[in-house]
Amino acid sequence: MSPPVITAKSLTKKYKEFAAVDGISFEVAPGESFGLLGPNGAGKSTTMRMVGAVSTRTSGDLSILGLDPNEHGPEVRSQLGVVPQQDNLDMELRVRDNLIVYGRYFGLSHAQCGRKADELLEFAQLTDRAKAKVDDLSGGMKRRLTIARSLMNDPRILLLDEPTTGLDPQARHILWDRLFRLKEQGTTLVLTTHYMDEAEQLCDRLVVVDKGRIMAEGAPADLIKQYSTREVVEVRFGSDRNADVARRLAGVGERLEVLPDRILIYSEDGDAELALIAEMGLEPITSLVRRSSLEDVFLRLTGRSLIE
Amino acid sequence: MTSTRALAPTRPLAKPRSGGIGALYAGNARSVVARGLLATRSTNYLIVLSGFFEPVFYLLSMGLGLGALVGNVATSTGQQVPYAAFIAPALLAVSAMNGAIYDSTWNVFFKMQYAKLYEGMLTTSLGPLDVALGEILLALLRGALYAGGFMIVMQVLGLNLAWTAFLALPAVLLIAFGFASLGMAITSYLKTFQQMDWITFVMLPMFLFSATFYPLSVYPTAIQWVIQALPLWHGVELVRGLTTGALSVAMLWHVLYYVVMIAIGLVFTTRRLRALFLD
Amino acid sequence: MTAVTEPFAAEAAGRALAGGVKPRRYGSWYVAEHRIRGMRSYLKTLLVTSVGNPLVYLFALGVGLASLIDKNLGPNGFNGVSYLAFVAPALLATAAVTVAAEECTYPIMMGFKWNPIFFGMNAAPITGNQIVNGVFISVLVRIIPTCVIYFLVMLLFGAVPSPWGALTILVATFTGLSVGLVIAAYTSRIVDDKGQMAMIMRFGITPMFLFSGTFFPLSQMPIFLQWIGWISPLWHGTQLGRVLSYGAVEPAWLSALHVLYPAALCVWGWTTTQRVVTRRLNK
Ligand SMILES: Nc1ncnc2c1ncn2[C@@H]1O[C@H](COP(=O)(O)OP(=O)(O)O)[C@@H](O)[C@H]1O
Ligand SMILES: [Mg+2]
Repeated sequence: MSPPVITAKSLTKKYKEFAAVDGISFEVAPGESFGLLGPNGAGKSTTMRMVGAVSTRTSGDLSILGLDPNEHGPEVRSQLGVVPQQDNLDMELRVRDNLIVYGRYFGLSHAQCGRKADELLEFAQLTDRAKAKVDDLSGGMKRRLTIARSLMNDPRILLLDEPTTGLDPQARHILWDRLFRLKEQGTTLVLTTHYMDEAEQLCDRLVVVDKGRIMAEGAPADLIKQYSTREVVEVRFGSDRNADVARRLAGVGERLEVLPDRILIYSEDGDAELALIAEMGLEPITSLVRRSSLEDVFLRLTGRSLIE
Repeated sequence: MTSTRALAPTRPLAKPRSGGIGALYAGNARSVVARGLLATRSTNYLIVLSGFFEPVFYLLSMGLGLGALVGNVATSTGQQVPYAAFIAPALLAVSAMNGAIYDSTWNVFFKMQYAKLYEGMLTTSLGPLDVALGEILLALLRGALYAGGFMIVMQVLGLNLAWTAFLALPAVLLIAFGFASLGMAITSYLKTFQQMDWITFVMLPMFLFSATFYPLSVYPTAIQWVIQALPLWHGVELVRGLTTGALSVAMLWHVLYYVVMIAIGLVFTTRRLRALFLD
Repeated sequence: MTAVTEPFAAEAAGRALAGGVKPRRYGSWYVAEHRIRGMRSYLKTLLVTSVGNPLVYLFALGVGLASLIDKNLGPNGFNGVSYLAFVAPALLATAAVTVAAEECTYPIMMGFKWNPIFFGMNAAPITGNQIVNGVFISVLVRIIPTCVIYFLVMLLFGAVPSPWGALTILVATFTGLSVGLVIAAYTSRIVDDKGQMAMIMRFGITPMFLFSGTFFPLSQMPIFLQWIGWISPLWHGTQLGRVLSYGAVEPAWLSALHVLYPAALCVWGWTTTQRVVTRRLNK
C-alpha cells in the first residue's frame, strides 16, 4: 500500500490556554475520501487550517505529502486545493477573473489559467456566468466557484470545510455529484461536515471529533455497527407520559434513550420491539422504525446538548 | 391564541396610504430621527466630533498661516477684510455642503443598498417621504452642531465682523437643507457606489472655485457666470454677507436660490421614491 | 522522515518542492497583478481624478489664490519664485500622499474582512510577506502615474522653473509611499471598523496637508507648532521637491534628512506590516 498523503500525530493547536485541537492523530491514504465529523467548535476548521499549511501547530507532528508544512508552507500549498468554510472569493472581480488570478498564484501562465478556467467553469456549471459579478451569484454558485477555484492547480489533496452548509437541497446534490466525480478521478478528499448524510455519501472513512479530540474512527457503516444498533424505534406517548412509560419499557431493546418528546429504542429488530410494546398494552401516539444512521452515532458520541 | 380577530387600531391612521402624497408620507418623520439619534449613541463620539475639526483646521492653516501672506482682501461688496475673515464664512458654507452631501448621498446610499434599513422601515406604516425627511432632519441637526461650534471659534478669533453674524446659523441650515434634498434626489437615482464618484468630481472644483479662497474677480466674466450659477457660490456669498455685515437686497436672491433647490430636490426625491418603493 | 524514501512519497514531495519554486520567486508580482486587475473596474474614475485634480488644484491655488499673494508680496515673493512655483511641488507630494492613504486604508482592511482575499491568497502558495509586497507594488503602480500626470500638468502651468524638476516625481512617490506604509502598519491590525479610517483622514492626512509648509513656509507658523512639519513626511518631501523644482536653498544636511526620514518610515512601515499580516494570517 502507498504511504499516507497526510499523517498527523498528536496534532495540537492552542489559543492561549485553550486547546482548540487537543492531540489528534490520523492518516489519510492517497485517493481516499476522509471526513472530520463534529459539532460546531469541535476544532474541525482549525485542523483543516493546519493541514492547509496556513496555521502553525502548537505541538505534535504533521506531514503532508512527506513535507512538514511549517517549513514548506508554499510547497505544500502548491499541491492543495482549499475550500474554506467561508467563501473568500474576490467580490471586486468577475467570475472568470477570480479563477485566473488564483491560478496565477500557483505560477501558471496566463494561457494555462485561461484554459483551465474555462474547463472548470464548465465543470462547475458556471460557464454562462463567466462574466457575472461574484456578488450576483447565489450561495450555491459561489460555493461551486470556490470549488472550481480550488481545482485550478490540479491539487493532489482537496480540503473542503463544510462545503454544503447553508445550501438548499438542489445545490447540495449538485455539489455532491461534482465531488464524487473528483473522487472517481483519484483526488484525495478531506472534508468536514456536520451533515450525516453528507458524510455517509462522500466519506470512505471518518473521525468523529468533539472538543478537539477524536471520539471514534472508522468507515461510516462500521461506526454505526460499533456505536449504534441496526435499527432504531422512535415512539411518542406525549410529553407528559414519556418519562412514565420509559420506566416500564426498561429492558426493551439494547439501549433506551428518553427525550422530552419521544423515546428511542436501539435494537437489531425494530418490528419485534414494537410488537413487544403492543403486548405490554402501551399504545404510542406515533411510532417509527428506521435504520440506524451516522446521526445516532454522532449524537451518542457528542451528546445532545447544544454547543454554541 | 384565542381568536384571529384583527386588533383594533390604537389610533386612527393620519391619512390613507393611497395616491397623492398620502401614499408616501405618514407624518411621522420624527420616528426616523429618533432611530437615528439612538443609533448615534452606539457610534464613536470622536468620529462625530471630528467632523467639527476639519473646517477649523482649514481656518487655522489658510486663514491665519496663509492670511499673513495675503493681507486684506476685497469682498464682493468692495469691503476690505482680513483674509481669515474672508474665508471663514466660506468654510462655514462649505462644511454645511460637505456634511449635507455626505449624509444624503453616501450615508443614504449605504443604508438603502446595503444595510437594507429603509426596507425594514417601509414595512411599517412609515412612507418613503417620512424616511427621506427624517434623514434630512438628522443631517441638519448634525450640521447645526458643527456650524454652532465653528461660529464660536470665529467669534473667539474675532472673525465675526458684525452683529448680523448670528443670522449665519439659520443661513447655514438653509444651505445644508438645499444640498441634502438635492443630494438625496440624486442618490435615489444612483445604482452603484462608483457613480457616487461623479458627485465628488463636481464638489471639488465647486469647493475651490466658488469665491471660497479668493474673490470671483480674478476670473474672466464668462467663468464668473458659470460659478454664479452653481449653488455653493450663493451659499458663500450669503454667509459672508452676514458675517461681514454687508447686507443687501441681493442676498434675498441667494435665499430664493436655496428655496427653489430644496423644492426641486424634494419633488424629485418623492417621485423617485414612489417609483422605487410603491410601484 | 523515512516515508520520503519510498518512491511514491519521494515523487509527491518532489512535485511539491517543484510547485513551490515559482510562487516563492514571483508571488509578490502575482499579488500585484491581482490588485491591478481589481483596479480596472474603476479605471475611468482613476483617470478622471488624476487628470482633473492637478488642473483644479493648480488653477485654484497656483493661479487664483496666487493672484492675491503675488499682489501682496510681489511676483517673486518666495525665494525669488512665484507662488505657483512655490506651491506646486507641495501639491504634487500631497497628491501622492492622498493616493497612498487611499490605497493603504480600506483596501488593506477589506482584504482581511469584507472581501477577505488575503486568506484566499495565503491558501494558495503565497506568503504573508509576499501579499504585503504585492499590495505595496500595486500602491506604487497607482502613485507613479498619478505623479507623472500631475507633473505634466505642472509643466503646462509653467510651474517648474528648474530642469531638475522631473525628479520631483520620484520624491513625491517616495513621500507618498512612506505615508502609505506607516498607515498600512496600522490598518493591517484593525479587526473592527469603528471609523478608524475617517480618523486617519481627519486627524492625520488633513492636518498634515494643512500644516506641512504646503501653502506657506513652515516658519510662518508659531514656533511651538513647527514640530508638525518636522515629523510630517509631507513636509520633508515638499521641501526636497522645492530644492529640485526651483532650486530652493537649504543646507545639505537638511536635504539628507528629507531623504533619510521618509526612508526610515518606509523600512519601519514595510517590515511592521509584513510582521502583522503574517501573524494575522496564521490563525
Ligand atoms: N483564531 C482563533 N482564536 C481563538 N480561538 C479560536 C480561533 N479559531 C478558533 N478558535 C476556537 O477554537 C475552537 C474550535 O474552532 P473551529 O476549529 O472553528 O471549530 P469547528 O470548525 O469545528 O466548528 C472554537 O472554540 C473556537 O472558538
Ligand atoms: Mg468550522
